[in-house]
Amino acid sequence: MAARLYRAGGFVADEWTHLDDEAALPAEGAVIVSLARFLAAASDVPQGVRLAPFVKAGDDPAQLAGHLSALDLVVVDFAKFSDGRGYSTARLLRQRYGFAGEIRASGDVLLDQIPLMRRVGFDAFAILNEPTLRALEAGHDVDVPLYLQPAERAGEVPAGARSWARRPADAQLS
Amino acid sequence: MYRYDEFDAHFVSARVDQFRDQVRRRLAGDLTEDQFKPLRLMNGVYLQLHAYMLRVAIPYGTLNARQMRRLAHIARTYDRGYGHFTTRQNIQFNWPRLKDVPDILAQLAEVEMHAIQTSGNCIRNVTADHFSGAAADEILDPRPYAEILRQWSSLHPEFSYLPRKFKIAVTGAPHDRAAVQVHDIGLQAVRDAEGNVGFRVFVGGGLGRTPMVGRLVREFLPEADLLAYSEAILRVYNRYGRRDNKYKARIKILVHETGLEELKADIEAEFAEIRDGVLRLPSSEIDRIAAYFAPPAFAAADGDEAVLEAAIAADPALAAFAARNVHPHRAPGYASLTISLKPIGKAPGDATAEQMEVVADLAERYGHDEIRVSHEQNLVLPHVRRRDIPAIHAALAEAELAEANAGLVTDIIACPGLDYCALATARSIPVAQRISERFAAPERQREIGDLKIKISGCINACGHHHVGHIGILGVEKKGEEYYQITLGGSADENTSIGEIIGRGFSYDEVVDAIEKVVDTYVGLRETPQEDFLSAYRRVGDQPFKEALYGTA
Repeated sequence: MAARLYRAGGFVADEWTHLDDEAALPAEGAVIVSLARFLAAASDVPQGVRLAPFVKAGDDPAQLAGHLSALDLVVVDFAKFSDGRGYSTARLLRQRYGFAGEIRASGDVLLDQIPLMRRVGFDAFAILNEPTLRALEAGHDVDVPLYLQPAERAGEVPAGARSWARRPADAQLS
Repeated sequence: MYRYDEFDAHFVSARVDQFRDQVRRRLAGDLTEDQFKPLRLMNGVYLQLHAYMLRVAIPYGTLNARQMRRLAHIARTYDRGYGHFTTRQNIQFNWPRLKDVPDILAQLAEVEMHAIQTSGNCIRNVTADHFSGAAADEILDPRPYAEILRQWSSLHPEFSYLPRKFKIAVTGAPHDRAAVQVHDIGLQAVRDAEGNVGFRVFVGGGLGRTPMVGRLVREFLPEADLLAYSEAILRVYNRYGRRDNKYKARIKILVHETGLEELKADIEAEFAEIRDGVLRLPSSEIDRIAAYFAPPAFAAADGDEAVLEAAIAADPALAAFAARNVHPHRAPGYASLTISLKPIGKAPGDATAEQMEVVADLAERYGHDEIRVSHEQNLVLPHVRRRDIPAIHAALAEAELAEANAGLVTDIIACPGLDYCALATARSIPVAQRISERFAAPERQREIGDLKIKISGCINACGHHHVGHIGILGVEKKGEEYYQITLGGSADENTSIGEIIGRGFSYDEVVDAIEKVVDTYVGLRETPQEDFLSAYRRVGDQPFKEALYGTA
């Protein structure tokens, strides 16, 4: 079963397709390729083709630093939901390297981790897990909408006296 | 002590709602046990041998009477009438039902308590010196910094799925009662020549299978940089810590395998990127948090000491208690008082609901409404007027809480062991009980003097045996429990890892072996003031080997 893409509060069609390292680049279209292939091909992308790198848990996002201004999408892989390296990857992409495009979580992406992923800069989620799909379709939000760390999500505002506390801009302390 | 504002109250109650929903989805089958496990662990819920276990956070071991009464209520309502205080200054309930846990958490939230991050591969409950804000030798109170770290680490979005658990301890005194050098991050608050506050920072200490003493990475980290530097350490650990083997996943292994200098350079490089950012602590904010920990109004008077002395002269039990369980306080006429949870022959760290209520009453009446849990599994009344000690002692005696053994041979740390724990390979509580009974005579304990015995029921070392003056590690060999003895460990400012003395002893033999070690020490010490650890460091292991195994 293919993953479904969740973005900005709803499921959307995915214009991107994954391409194996062995497969030839298409003449046009938007394709996700491994980080190594992306780095090798980035200087010579055919007209009409858009590339996005697929960043695995052990990959160093610093390798993308020189390319980010030309990118629309970075996919960060969670081979296992319990491997938290992708959170640092996303945060570095946003905070250190100033990436403004889409950061998409892919792989073992589950409902309970999505609020944390959002806070470190993810804004799209490729989801396979059936209960997670159902919960998102039902609009089931599992966030604790009060935060004790400044993080990387746009639209958070300071909350209360502490310099490190935040809350979503659209939420009230009710 | 710290009090929740509106933000904190909403935060904790939203976290309870979140967990209630997670339990509901687990019971409905939407979460597999593998998916649910880290979620419940991050809320302190373990699946143990016989039942679920709930570990409640007591941040840096500080609580008030109302909170202690609520713990008593939970023990009575949802458990079997008692709770178990742990080496991380927390409390564990051993018999709750999973479906009751959200209600228990809601009851805790009403008194500003929670179970957030008492387990799991995340930043755990921050611990601190149990005499913080009271000890005569303290340079400054570490609790405001522990509280700031607690807040920053709560539901941290980047650091909730670390390679392994991560423990931080803070002390503000030169004599380290918080064991900072056996923590992933150990912080010792200091002042520089100008009076500025900063921290000596140790990284990579830990016990478990591979005990290591933390390495000093900063001689003076300015207080404003506390969060940014901690975040730098955590980011380096999250990215580079090993994830292929859970027994090699703590930051101590990363320090060991990467090398201290290289890792320090990585941390400093990360820190340089973020030090001037949003995590820099404004002094106004430190002051605002510190104000919660302002000392109470102390009111000793002339003549107080005479009242105490007269009572001591008339009551040998009180005299023994005052000699062992009363500790120097920074305010004249005051003391900190250890309430031993190690009565002879009982399970270390256990307290009944009734005993918790007695302690709550005493804290309210005599102790400025403050209670501490020590990592040695005792309770502490940090601020008591010395003239009130006789009355407190009498009330404690009635509740069977007046054991005068703080720091003595029967003040044993022990993990729950095979009686409760799913990981254990041997019993530890019954060994502690039998040693306690063997050395029960108060005169004998006093003659032996300061001695820390620590017992773990498996190699994960929750009983901190590596840093016991005498450590006991229970292992399983061909279906039998065996106990390895280590000597010379310590978790203070001169931290050392104990050395294995030789082959292990059976469950039946181990108490005799411990007695031999103790008697050997008493026989060879130069003066009665030379404590076990000093004597061991002077003479080495040979006399103890000979006593245990004969001269080969």
